Parts: sequence; C-alpha cells; structure tokens
Amino acid sequence: MIEALQFEFMQNALVAGLLASVICGIMGTLVVVNRIVFLSGGIAHAAYGGIGLAFFFGWPYKVGAIGFSLLSAMVMAAVSLKAKHRSDTIIGVIWAVGMALGIILLDLTPGYNVDLMSYLFGSILSVPDSDLWLLLAASVLIIITVAYFYNDYLAMSYDEEFAQIRGVSVKFLYFLLIGLLAVSIVMIIQVVGLILVIALLTIPPFIAEKYSKSLFKMMVFSSFLSVIFTITGLWLSYVFNLTSGASIIMVAGTGFFISLLVERLTVFRSDHAAITIETESLDTGQEF
Amino acid sequence: MNDSIIELQDLSFAYNARPVFKDVNLEVKNGDFMAMIGPNGGGKTTLLRLMLGLLSPHKGSIRIFGKLPREVSHHIGYVPQDLHINRRFPVSALDVVLMGRLKPGRGWSWHSRKDRLVAHKALDKMEMGVYCDRRIGALSVGQLQRVFVARALVTEPQLLFLDEPTASIDTKGQREFYRILKELNQTITIIVVSHDLMILSSYVKSVACVNRNIHYHGHAEVTGEMIETMYHCSVEEVCPVELMAHGLPHRVLRTHEDI
Repeated sequence: MIEALQFEFMQNALVAGLLASVICGIMGTLVVVNRIVFLSGGIAHAAYGGIGLAFFFGWPYKVGAIGFSLLSAMVMAAVSLKAKHRSDTIIGVIWAVGMALGIILLDLTPGYNVDLMSYLFGSILSVPDSDLWLLLAASVLIIITVAYFYNDYLAMSYDEEFAQIRGVSVKFLYFLLIGLLAVSIVMIIQVVGLILVIALLTIPPFIAEKYSKSLFKMMVFSSFLSVIFTITGLWLSYVFNLTSGASIIMVAGTGFFISLLVERLTVFRSDHAAITIETESLDTGQEF
Repeated sequence: MNDSIIELQDLSFAYNARPVFKDVNLEVKNGDFMAMIGPNGGGKTTLLRLMLGLLSPHKGSIRIFGKLPREVSHHIGYVPQDLHINRRFPVSALDVVLMGRLKPGRGWSWHSRKDRLVAHKALDKMEMGVYCDRRIGALSVGQLQRVFVARALVTEPQLLFLDEPTASIDTKGQREFYRILKELNQTITIIVVSHDLMILSSYVKSVACVNRNIHYHGHAEVTGEMIETMYHCSVEEVCPVELMAHGLPHRVLRTHEDI
C-alpha cells in the first residue's frame, strides 16, 4: 500500500475515500436513525435519470444529475410527509422510473454509451482533482449545516412530535436533510458508485449505533469505520487486482456480519436480553 | 389567577370519516389541576394533540393563552403516552431532557451551561440524577417515564399535559408522582389523562369526562353517574367501594363471582 501511494491516482483514491467516509458517516447516521434508507436508495437510483437527461441534452453532467436528484428527492420527501402509509410504494416507483428514464435517454443519445458498471460501482481509481475539491466543499457544507442544527436534528430524529411542540421547524429540517442527502449521494456516486453509497450510508452507522451513547459519537464512529473499510478495501483491490468499489463493499459487508456475530456471542455468553447487554457495556465503559 | 387559559369553542374533529368530536366546548382556568377520564378511543389523547397544535380542528376554535396552539405550544410541557418510541436510539437520559430546552428560532443550537444545569436539576427532582449518562435503552419503563417528565419540566411550562403518566409506575411511586405534580400545580396549570380513579379524587381540582363529548366538572368528584356515562358500566363493576373514600378503600377489584 505504501509503495502504491506514490501513484497520483492512488493518492486521489485515498483522499476521495476519506472525504466520502466523512460525508457518509454524518449523513448515514441521520439516514439510519430517521429510517430513510429506502428513500436514499430512491434518490441514488433516480439520479440515473438526471445523468441520462444531461447526456441527451448535452448539459454539464453534474448540473443534470444534481438538479434531477434534488427534484426527485423533494418529491419523495413531500410524499413521505403527506402519504406516510404508502410512501414506500411511491418512492419505489420514482426509483424505477428515474432509472429507466436514464437508460432510455442514454439509448437515444447518438454515439454515446455509458458503462453501467462504472455507475454502479464507481471508479475510485480515476478521480480527477476537480472532483476532490467538490467532495471537500460538500463535506464542509454538510459538517457546518449539521453542526448548526445538531440539537434540532437530534430532537427531530428521536421524537418528531416533541420537537414540533418545542417550535423546531421539523418540515424545513426534513427537506433540508433530504436536500443535503441528494447532493451527497450524487457527489459520492461519481466517485464510488451507487451501491457503495448505500453500503457506506447504512453499514457503518448500523454497527456504530450499538456502541454509541450519542448521535454525535455515532457520526464520528461511523466515519471512522467507513475509513477503515475504504482503506482496507482499496488495499485488497490493489494487492489482488480486484474491482475497488466491490472490494470496499465486501470489506464493509464482512464488518457487518462480524458485528452481528459479536452481538450474538455476547448475548449468548451472558444469557441476558439485549437491553441488559447494553447496560453492561455502558457501565464498563466499553462504549465508544 | 381566575382567567381561563384554554378555550375550546364548538370544536369538531374527525379522523378521515370517523368523527371524534362534534361541537364540544371546554374552558380551563389558570391554576387548575384537571383530570381527563374516559374510555379508550374516547378522544383523550386526540384532545391533547389538538391543544398542542399537532392536529388541526375541522371546525370551531382552540385558544391557548388566547392564541393558536401552534403559536404557543413551546409554553406547554408534554409527557406523551407512548414511551416505546425509539428505545434503541443512541441518546442519554440527559440529552433527552435537554431536548426540552429547544426554543423556536434559537439559532446556533448548542446547549448553554445553564441549559445543562436546569436539566440536571430536573433529573434530580425526578430522582433520576444518577442515571443521567445512561442510554435510554438501558432504563426501565418507569425510569423512562420520569425522564420524560423531567424533559417536560425543563421547558419551564405554564401548562403541563400528561398522558397516562403513571401507567408504568407502581402504587407507591404513583403517590409520590402525584405529590410532585401537586407541588408543581402551585405555579403551573396541569391536565392529566388517567384511569386511576382512586388517585384522582385526592389530588386534582376538577375532572373532565371525555367520550366524544366533554363534560367538565368543576370539582374533583368522581360520581357513579360519571362512571356510568363514561364507561358504560355501573360503579359496582368498576369498583365495588365508595369512589370518594378518603384514605384507603377496603377493596379495589371487582368481586370474582365465578369463584
């Protein structure tokens, strides 16, 4: 890995992976505790429609993707607020239609054929400098916004009704969250692909939640786990000459199953309910 | 001290096609300690949610402190009934209480030292001080209920709504709990939803019977007639003893006739 770092593409891959990890750690935590994983998947897939539009009409790629994602994300957010009981169905429809639209528009675009694989798994080994700056800008934007509204987001995620009674503008925060999510997802898709986005958004927070005493610690721990998964995955893909995105996901997936196994074993050994385990791990200071 | 702070006029509300209230009226005076009783599905929680601005009336008006509920909801402390929301959420007891310090348009939202002090005091008052760093998933339901009350107290409310707050607390704890409420009632108007008919008579000042209708009784007397209209059964079925007994009743449960 050390000798690999003399290549510029490897340095860029590493920096892109680190920045994506920070974004995913923060946004993923909010996605997991607000239970909007499915909505995130919808945004990521519908973004393909934006890519298709951009190529068909000859717009700059990012304008199309971000614009279309923001639009579809806002529709999904509105639907999930208005028609809660059927929102997953409608999100599923937007998910599929967005993707189909993208594919058909690319078919109709003369002389151009985007490789679907690079969209699914990204191309972390060919990230240009300009994308790194964009990623950095997105990370800064997300850190500042979430830090500013941290307690509001905490209250909204834990008990939306109480937050509303306290005068927290829950609707505004929800749309802001979805908007930030759409921007993050598009940025990261370009780098690591949509499957890795979903994996990094969900797996690290899922593991971190069990060992974190606060939302903030969960964000930090998730980012840290993402970094570990990304670096390990990159290293494995370099050593064994494998697809980098898929390697990172396999490492994250392995982490996921190990965490489940560890949880099982602890429950098994002490023969207590899961809640008791949590108490004990908190008391002995094992939490992160 | 005698002005009314809650005014409901010709209020109607329905969930989709299922009507809950039709043209109901209610007036609650400042300093009151009101119990809300009634059968499940009678609309007690719905009424609280209407007064908190979480639901909007289809007809009629609600005025709290002379304003719309949504405008003044941050002056209301609320202890919800459902304690099982998000038990696995990564948040400590102290952080839950601190949520009560949020205010509309607060801007930069880090908590001040004063906020923390107030939160610690409220937890101490509810005898939960030692658990302030505990994750909520590690608390018992009774402990969680105390944390929720502490969260309502740090809002420095002028009005306190509690939805079945003692459902998960044992009898001794309940008496202690109502003693604390009575103390709070010296400065705060309180509305409590409860089924504990016994406890009501010795602590509350008035009773509202809510069953698609609201009947307000300006004194804390639970009569057999009230039970009959509310629960569609006679006093003898609910409880075979005098409801207004001061001190300990001799029997609380219905006689088991089949034994």
